[in-house]
Formats: sequence, C-alpha cells, structure tokens
Amino acid sequence: MNARLLSIALPVIVLAATVLAWDLVVRIFDIPPFVLPAPGLVVTTLVTDFALLMQSLLVTLTITFEGFVLAAVGGILLAVVFNQWRLIEHAFYPYAVILQVTPVVAIAPLLLVYLPQSLAILACAWIVAFFPVLANTTLGLNSVDHNLLALFELYKASRWQVLWQLKLPAALPQILTGLRIAGGLSLIGAVVAEIAAGSAGAGSGLAYRIVESGYRLNIPRMFAALLLLSLAGIAIFFALSALSNFLLGRWHESAAERER
Amino acid sequence: MAQPSITGPIVSLRNVSKTFENGTLALSGFNFNVREGEFVSLLGPSGCGKSTALRVLASLADPSEGTVDWAGNAAQLGFVFQEPTLMPWASVADNVRLPLKLAHAGEARSKAAVAQVLARVGLTEFAQSYPRELSGGMKMRVSIARALATEPQLLLMDEPFAALDEITRFRLNNDLLKVWQELRRTVVFVTHSVFESVYLSQRIVVMTPRPGRVFAEIEVSAPYPREDRYRMSPEYAGYCRQVADALAAAMEGAP
Repeated sequence: MNARLLSIALPVIVLAATVLAWDLVVRIFDIPPFVLPAPGLVVTTLVTDFALLMQSLLVTLTITFEGFVLAAVGGILLAVVFNQWRLIEHAFYPYAVILQVTPVVAIAPLLLVYLPQSLAILACAWIVAFFPVLANTTLGLNSVDHNLLALFELYKASRWQVLWQLKLPAALPQILTGLRIAGGLSLIGAVVAEIAAGSAGAGSGLAYRIVESGYRLNIPRMFAALLLLSLAGIAIFFALSALSNFLLGRWHESAAERER
Repeated sequence: MAQPSITGPIVSLRNVSKTFENGTLALSGFNFNVREGEFVSLLGPSGCGKSTALRVLASLADPSEGTVDWAGNAAQLGFVFQEPTLMPWASVADNVRLPLKLAHAGEARSKAAVAQVLARVGLTEFAQSYPRELSGGMKMRVSIARALATEPQLLLMDEPFAALDEITRFRLNNDLLKVWQELRRTVVFVTHSVFESVYLSQRIVVMTPRPGRVFAEIEVSAPYPREDRYRMSPEYAGYCRQVADALAAAMEGAP
C-alpha cells in the first residue's frame, strides 16, 4: 500500500465514520433539529437554501479576496520599504506589531463606527492578514546568504539589482508561507467583522447568515453556512499551496519530492 | 617596495591590520604582493586571518590600518567562496551568467561566454539543472565557472575544496591547474592544507595564527603541468616537508 493512497484514504475514512456516528447519535437519542440537525438535513438545507447561501458565500469570498490582495501587496511592499530604509523600519515596525497583537474582535466595532460597513469589514480582513506577510517577508529579506550578498557587492550590483535579483527571490519561500497564512486569516478577519457588524449589517455574508440563523433557531442553516465557510477555507489553503509549489518548483527543498 | 621579479605586483597589501568589532585582531602588519600570472597560496591554520586577507583584497572588508595598492586600475575580480554560494532558484546557466547580467552584458555575448565557461569546467550538459540536483563537486565547478565568466585578471579562492571528499578534491585540483595554465590568470588560493598548497602553487605564503602575519614565503619551483604522478614524487614530498616545518614553526611562534 503506498503512502500517497493512505494519506488520502485515512482522512476520508475518519470523515465517513464521524458523519455516521453523528447521524446515529441524532437518531438514537431522537435529538430535535433545532439542537443538532442530522447530517442529511444539513445537506438538504444546503440544497434548498443554495441560492441564498451562494450569494452570501460570494459576498464573504469577495471581501476575503480583497483583504488578501491588499494584505499581500501591502505586506510585501512594507517589508521591502523596511528592508531598504532601516530608519523607517525602526519608526514603524512596533506599530505594525501592535496592530497585530490587538485582537481584531475588539477593533472591529470601532472600525464600524468610523468607516462605511463594507470598508470596515475589508479593513478587518486586511489588519488580520497583512502582518504574517510582513513578518515572513521581512525574515526572508533579512536571511539572504551573506556570501551571495558579498558576491553581488563584488560585481558592483546596484541596490535594485540586489533587491530584485537576490533578496526577493531568496525570500520567496518565506513570502509564500506568509501568503498561505494570510489566506486563512483574511477569511477569519472577514467573518469576525461580519459578526461584529451583526444584525446592523445590510451586507449579507456567510457569517452574517450564521448569526441571523442563530437568532431564528434555524440550526440546520447555521450548519450549512458553517460547512460552506469551512470549504472556502480549505479551497483557499489548497489554492495557495498549489501556487507555492508552482513557484518554488524545482529549486526549493520543500517543493521537491524526496527520492529513496 | 619594488619586486625584484620581472613582472611587478599587480596588487599589494601594505601593512594591513584588521580588527573586528568584537575586538578580534585578525591581521596585523600583513604585507603581501600578488604578481601577475602567478598561482600563490595563503596557508595557515583556521582562524589565522587568511580569509580576511582575501576579503580585504577583494574590497569586501575594509582594513583597519594599511592600504591595498593596485598597479593601475583595480583588476576585474573573480571570487570563489568556501561554499558554492549558488542561487538555488536559478539554473546552472543562470547562476554562471549572473556576473554578466549584473554588468548589463548583452544577451548574445553572455550566452556565448556562459557556454564557453561551462564547457571549460565540464558542465555543458547540466546547464539547465538546478543547484539542488548537483553533487558537491559539481556545485563547486559551477561556482568556479561563475567566477571565470567575466574573464577576471585575478581569481580569489577561499578554501574552495575544503568541504569536498579527497577524490573529488584531487580531480578539481587538476582541473583548476588546467584552467589556470590555459587562461594564465593570476590566482590567490587560500587553504589550510599543506599538500594542496604544494600541489597547486608556485609560491606559498605561510601565515601565523591570530593575528595573521607573513611567517615565511616558499617558492615551489616544480614545473607544470603537474599531474597525479607529481603527488607521489620525492620532490613533492620534499616541498611538503619544508612547508609543513614552516607551518609548525609559525604555529609555535604563536602565543
């Protein structure tokens, strides 16, 4: 039995067993759907509410994507600026950390006061997601092989040649790690902000649907929305992993198959 | 300080001292001339400042005292580090092309130069490989090819073969001598191996440890081409003994 097949088969078996156990528990103890819906009911709800949920998913994913792109561009740009001008790094890096360590749940209501709602949600997604990109890119830019730096110096490379041809490619694995973390976090940021916006929200993202369904005791729809969010997170993770593998391709150990 | 030899020094380190920020005195009153076309080795125990001397020569480190004097303009340099120091994201050909690219050399010219220099180190068929796919010896060949790509007048090598196994090291020694004889560039070679220095060089500068000073200079007048047979010759053994004695004396003089 090869390891590859096992690594796919085992999680599937665990999933099947869990769903089966869940279904049995609901049947045996006769649990009402407003406490715990059976898996079948969740799927049925997903189908009946498909149009509504898809629309919400699209709203959430759009914000997640926008937040992610802003975080990626902002994080990488800021890291490059910090790397090129040390004074700016000393002046601003502490505040980037403070922005990160302050729980976004606590900032969200404040942002909702000052910004239009859609913009506030986007800002939340960005705040959560941008720091891992910044931190990882900074680490990557700073951990370039010293001898390679010496080599570039020897050949009188300009500052921009060093940045484009040495530092950025060398930092690529770390940048991609940052992006992978940021992908998941921007979804979290969007969800947190939607929940903070709560019933005041005219925007109808998936997280808002969950809150709303909770108020209405429509537990099956809560589960269906949760399932979609989870699937969205998984899709983001795999998309970014694929990007990482594609870009690192042949050169990086993390992407290369180990032969034995 | 004119050299008596016909070919004068192309570069001289005069009275160079180097103190690092942590207080380590790496070099002190170090005088060293490099003559055009020669193969000269700096020999000393690890931590004797020989790598520092090489970096000062390449302007990669600033001397705390003393000067680096070039006869005429500073020469075009090639540098080979202790590790291959390749860019893992670039193919062998792109790694070798780097110095040309940094100098904004034309596409066609640099392509031809890369092909030529890869052929010289025997890596033509690996041009499109990536560094991680190569063995240690092959990576070092790529590093040497890169150093040769700009056709430098002066090639500086910092213990390039120290991390390789003996079989690979001997082969690279031979290949390096072949390249040197064909191109007639000047080579400054840093090593801690008595045997390697005697095999390769015309002249060996033995250094004292901490701080590095010139302890002795030994001319190795065995003719080139030197091949594996030379390693077994009494002449070679004699030079090795002489150099080893000098090195031992240099170490003894140390505190």
